[in-house]
Amino acid sequence: MTVDFNLNANPNAAEAPSAPQARAASKLRVKDLNLYYGQFQALKDITMEIPERQVTAFIGPSGCGKSTLIRCFNRIHDLYEGIRTEGQILLDSHDIYGSGVDLNLLRARIGMVFQKPTPFPMTVFDNVAFGIRLYEKLSQRELEERVEWALRKAALWEEVKDKLKQSGQALSGGQQQRLCIARTIAVKPEVILLDEPTSALDPISTGYIEDLINELKKDYTIVIVTHNMQQAARISDITAFMYLGSLIECDDTTKIFTQPKESRTEDYITGRYG
Amino acid sequence: MQTQMTPLYRRRKLLNRLVMAACIGATLIGFVFLFAILLTLVTKGLSAISPSIFIERTRMNGGGLGNAIWGTFMMTSLATILGTVLGVAAGTWLAEYGNKGLLPKVIRFINDILLSAPSIIIGLFIYAVVVVPMGGFSAWAGVLSLTVIIVPVVIRSTEDMLRLIPNSLREAAAALGAHRWWIIVRVCYSGARAGILTGILLGFARISGETAPLLFTSLNSNQWNFFNLDSEMANLPMTIYQNMTINAFIPDLVSLAWAGALILTAAILILNIAARYFSRQRT
Repeated sequence: MTVDFNLNANPNAAEAPSAPQARAASKLRVKDLNLYYGQFQALKDITMEIPERQVTAFIGPSGCGKSTLIRCFNRIHDLYEGIRTEGQILLDSHDIYGSGVDLNLLRARIGMVFQKPTPFPMTVFDNVAFGIRLYEKLSQRELEERVEWALRKAALWEEVKDKLKQSGQALSGGQQQRLCIARTIAVKPEVILLDEPTSALDPISTGYIEDLINELKKDYTIVIVTHNMQQAARISDITAFMYLGSLIECDDTTKIFTQPKESRTEDYITGRYG
Repeated sequence: MQTQMTPLYRRRKLLNRLVMAACIGATLIGFVFLFAILLTLVTKGLSAISPSIFIERTRMNGGGLGNAIWGTFMMTSLATILGTVLGVAAGTWLAEYGNKGLLPKVIRFINDILLSAPSIIIGLFIYAVVVVPMGGFSAWAGVLSLTVIIVPVVIRSTEDMLRLIPNSLREAAAALGAHRWWIIVRVCYSGARAGILTGILLGFARISGETAPLLFTSLNSNQWNFFNLDSEMANLPMTIYQNMTINAFIPDLVSLAWAGALILTAAILILNIAARYFSRQRT
């Protein structure tokens, strides 16, 4: 992965010469990012780019900081005290850590799906409509159409079209996670962050969600954290390997898995630690 | 595999039976008292219950309990409404915002004390700060003292129920771009609604039977008082107390008191069952 040192230049102009194999433009650029939980430094000088409309996967052993990093992209860390960040993350060349950034608007542009399914204690319909109602004033019919659209995109519509009035928490685990994805898509974000979205699911549900990710990357920039290297290899275009809070290597997925540059990457993907 | 009973196993089995018997015995004692109370109330109270008891006011020669039932309903309901507004707001603050600093700790501590404060002290307090300055007993003072009793109950149950809502739900709602207050109103309250409602109902049941705080505040009366909250208001607990003590020489009033006790107990029982029903609705 290229490192963009040119902080002030037009991001699109800077992209062209350094991008190998005519890679897509960068949606997110991380620059010298450090993060501290109190005294503990959880992220160390992370610099990287996330290409638009591709799947970028973060792999690495537990505690390496991959979830911490992805949670920086929508500043969900800001909900908690005692977490300090330094550096920049540019979303389309605007620093999301800059002054005057409205966190709620940011999070409407960068959606997130968590490890454990988190359906709200309300109906399936209201779950999907929750985010839409925050930012758009739609008529009931438009709202219904949007909810159906999101549920279809999340490959859940056929299973829940007769259960829209039931509690979202009554669905199965795999359905709940697709409901959460539908809820995220419904807001029409630009980036979707997936924090180990399948680690609590059975293989069949996992398969559904991986297919879904493949489908979604046509329209969205996708960042996924996964514990499962096969999953990263199957679904991602770019893979980033993290270890002890540092970004060790970030490159095309095929390269990472066939000819990694760093020996630590190779050790990890061949199962020598992790 | 050991198929014979060893002495050790036999001893364990015996101990098991002994403890089991002790548990059943203890439960039975509780049941006996509960049923004794209910039986006494029913035998002594049922005979005096008639439709007129709900319609007529209390008179020296008997009459009914209509004014007392109305007064208790009125004051208890108003106190529950006031207590719900205050208690849910305070409980929400404690659960959602009060995680740092000394203030929430102090509030939580004082709330716990208030939760177990003797109700007569609360009555005395309202007597000193409301009744004496206003120059007389009033239903308002009664409502206030009942509010002081129900508020800590509602605060506690609201805080506890909101704390049961996992943080992952708040994160998920925030990740969709929802404001903090909207997360609380839409996500946290819909998850905690059943529990908070249960707390309110239990508080309502508790204050509907309180006597001591009313002694100093709304006093009692044998007149109809529908909406005049500036003067004394009749209520069931005080009527029971007065009829059984200072008016105990009038048999009609004594049986009226038993009827009142039965009605109050039945109402509290129904509220408790309702509370259990609502708490089971939790998803």
